[in-house]
This record gives sequence, C-alpha cells and structure tokens, in this order.
Amino acid sequence: MVEFWVNVFLISLLVVITFYIIRLRSLIAVVALSGAYSLTAAAIFVNLDAVDVAFTEAAVGSGISTILFLAALRYLPLEEAHQTRYSGLSLSLCTIVALMLIFAAFALPDFGDPNAPAHIHVAPRYIEESYPLFHIPNVVTNVLASYRGFDTLGEVVVVFTAGIGVIILLTGSTLSMRFEKTENALDQKSKTSKEEA
Amino acid sequence: MNVIYLILSNWNFIAVIMLMMAGLYIVISNQNFIKKLVGLSIFQSSVFIFYISIGKVSGGTAPILTGIADTIYSNPLPHVLILTAIVVGVATNALGLALVVRINEAFNSIEEKTLLSHKIEDSRHEFEKGDSWK
Repeated sequence: MVEFWVNVFLISLLVVITFYIIRLRSLIAVVALSGAYSLTAAAIFVNLDAVDVAFTEAAVGSGISTILFLAALRYLPLEEAHQTRYSGLSLSLCTIVALMLIFAAFALPDFGDPNAPAHIHVAPRYIEESYPLFHIPNVVTNVLASYRGFDTLGEVVVVFTAGIGVIILLTGSTLSMRFEKTENALDQKSKTSKEEA
Repeated sequence: MNVIYLILSNWNFIAVIMLMMAGLYIVISNQNFIKKLVGLSIFQSSVFIFYISIGKVSGGTAPILTGIADTIYSNPLPHVLILTAIVVGVATNALGLALVVRINEAFNSIEEKTLLSHKIEDSRHEFEKGDSWK
C-alpha cells in the first residue's frame, strides 16, 4: 500500500514539474527542471521494480542530458524572446487527444494485474529459463545481452550515427561551407600570384 | 467512491497521458527551440513510464533472481526495451542541440518566429536582386 501511494505522489510531482516547465521563460530554469523531472522519473522506476532502468535514467537522462543542455546553452541566449502566448488551437487539440487517450486507458488491464497479457507471453520463460542457460542472476542484463543482442547493436549504430552528425554540425565542414572555404583560398592564391607577378 | 477508486488505480496511465500531451503542447506551441527539445524529452519519458507501469506486477520485486522459491518478479521485458530507448533518446537530444547551436550561429536567433521572418526577408531580397538584373 505504501508503494502505491509513493507512486501516486511521485507521478503527481512529475505533472507539477511539467506545468512549471511550460510556464517558465528562463531557459536555465527549464533545463534544471528537466533534470529534476528525470531524477523523479528514476525514483518512480525504482518504485516500480525497474532498478536497471532507474540506474540508466539517473545517469544518462538526468546527468548527461542536463550537462549537454547546459553546454549548448553556453552558446545560446538564456531567455525566451517572446512571451508565451497560449494558443487555443493547440491547447484544444491536446485536450481532445488527452480525453480520447484517457477514455481508451480504462480498457487497459489493471495496474499491476499479474494476469495481464504482457506478463503471460514470453516473460515467464525469461525468468525461468535464463538462469539455467546463462547463469546470470539479473534477468534484465541477461535478456539485454543474451536474447536481444541485436537491439543493443542497433542502439550502438544509432548512437554512432548521432555522434557523427554532431561532429559534422559543430566542426562546420558542411558541403556549402567547404566550397566557400576553397573558393576563398583560391581567390587568395590568385591575388598573391598576381602580386608576385 | 467508485470513481475515485477507478481514477486512483489507473492514476499511472492518466498521469502519463497528461505528461505526454503536455510535452506535445510544448513542442507544437512554444517558439523557443531549446524548450521544444525539453518538451520532446518529456514526451519520451512519459512513454518510458507507461512501459514500466505495464511491466509492474503487484507484490513483485525487481527481476533479479534471489533463489527463493515462489518469489514474484516484475516483467523484465519492458525494462530491457526502455534501457535501449533511454540511451537512444539522449543521442537524439545531442543531435538536436547541435542543430540548435548551428542555427543560432547562422541566424543569431533560436526563436521560430524570428527564423520564419528571416526566411521571408531572404526570399524577398533574392527576388528583388533577380528583378534588377532584368
């Protein structure tokens, strides 16, 4: 029962944090709040028995992500320029979609129901079979590495591609810029050769 | 009483939907690109919380085998999927931030409205230039 109320409290906290993220204009405050959001989410994950996910969320989501945002803000203006106008169209769109989704959510299996379809398909096999096969007590690590290694390979590919993209964007050697640079270099060469002549 | 019970027992799902729509609202209505990225990550983590909520079994513990018979474990599969998704989410964030920094270098602004007016001025400028050539 305590678990349940802690869960309700933490998730309500997330909603409050999101409300302030919408309202605040200082970008540093927004980034700090998004870090707090990730940390609260990590606490929720611990409460919902997902300790490995909580680890990752606390280290990567709340740590590295916030640092990346702050590092980018170093080169950016720190305030929103325009006063946020509450646009009626997007607000009503979001409200309608939210109502439809909440209506659909009541058809989901109950929260924590052990007979939900998600729990009776392949999960019992992982829990029973994985230890005799691979001798790793942590089922999540085991499934990640032994059963679904290709997922992790795909993840590595995605992170690698994102890294290449960031390097290309930030070192500024895009195609057009390279042309400009070579043209400038050629101009200077011709100038110097003329001067020499 | 019954309604309150229904809402509280489904509170995870309802709050996740509210968070998701708040993220969507930030993305489509806010002008600032950094705030848009924060909204995107809120949207993402709401989906993470949804998955983990589905993986929860009441009375269960974390899926690390204890060796004690008849222990109930939560479903490990959503945890595995979300572990991958979190890392991919940070990679997307990094790419988006690099784009925003470049946009600020090129146009000296990260507000959508200012950028759009830039674009209109640029095309008008080019049009006038082309006209004078005739």
